[in-house]
Amino acid sequence: MKPLNEMRLSFPSKSANEAFARTAVAAFVAGLDPTVDELTDIKTAVSEAVTNAIVHGYRESIQTIYITAAIYPDNRVVIRIRDKGCGIEDIRQAMEPLYTSCPQEERAGLGFAVMQSLCDKVRVTSRLGKGTTVTLTRILSGRES
Amino acid sequence: MSVRVYLAEEILTAYLSGELDHHAARSIREEIDEAAQRAHPAVLVLDFRDVTFMDSSGIGLVMGRYALMQELEGELKIENLPTHIKKVMRLAGLERLANMEAGGIKK
Repeated sequence: MKPLNEMRLSFPSKSANEAFARTAVAAFVAGLDPTVDELTDIKTAVSEAVTNAIVHGYRESIQTIYITAAIYPDNRVVIRIRDKGCGIEDIRQAMEPLYTSCPQEERAGLGFAVMQSLCDKVRVTSRLGKGTTVTLTRILSGRES
Repeated sequence: MSVRVYLAEEILTAYLSGELDHHAARSIREEIDEAAQRAHPAVLVLDFRDVTFMDSSGIGLVMGRYALMQELEGELKIENLPTHIKKVMRLAGLERLANMEAGGIKK
């Protein structure tokens, strides 16, 4: 299926950009007329993925985060958050609720759990030393027009 | 994101306001901890009434303050949770850690 619209975004992995990234994606998705709850869910999931890229992918060094987003005629939103950082050794372990590789930073280890509960599908691909891509899919309810 | 901290009769209340994410959490947590270490309150209240956005960084903030209050032999309360924040907190099962009331988490 061809997307109705697409966007591409790249920005330095500064934590100040977490707010920028989720707000930019939300502004793009607004084209599908989502509910306030749907928009909040998407913002939250994007915030988790971007924070992971900053904290874990790039380990707080400043490099580039890439986001693409597409909206489809069947009310599907697909958002891809990509870093070229260290990669994840064991994706299954990383996705386990409460698992965190840096407890001293007060990371709750719930990033993936939050993404999974707020999205219809979360796909993670990663290669050690090459980077990680998180693909979030959310189907919007679609309002009666 | 900002926080205002008030102490009244052994109750330290931190009024959080704005968007609570990883970027904001660090300075907020330092400010709250500094006040709590100084005051040794019987109760620490985190008031979420003016928090407009929160991701799992907020859960980390609550869990960390819970640990701090355990250390200080006090209690942690979470108050005035907006609906979208309640949703994220529920995921973490935080109602088991902190006493959430008056607009807090109910089963």
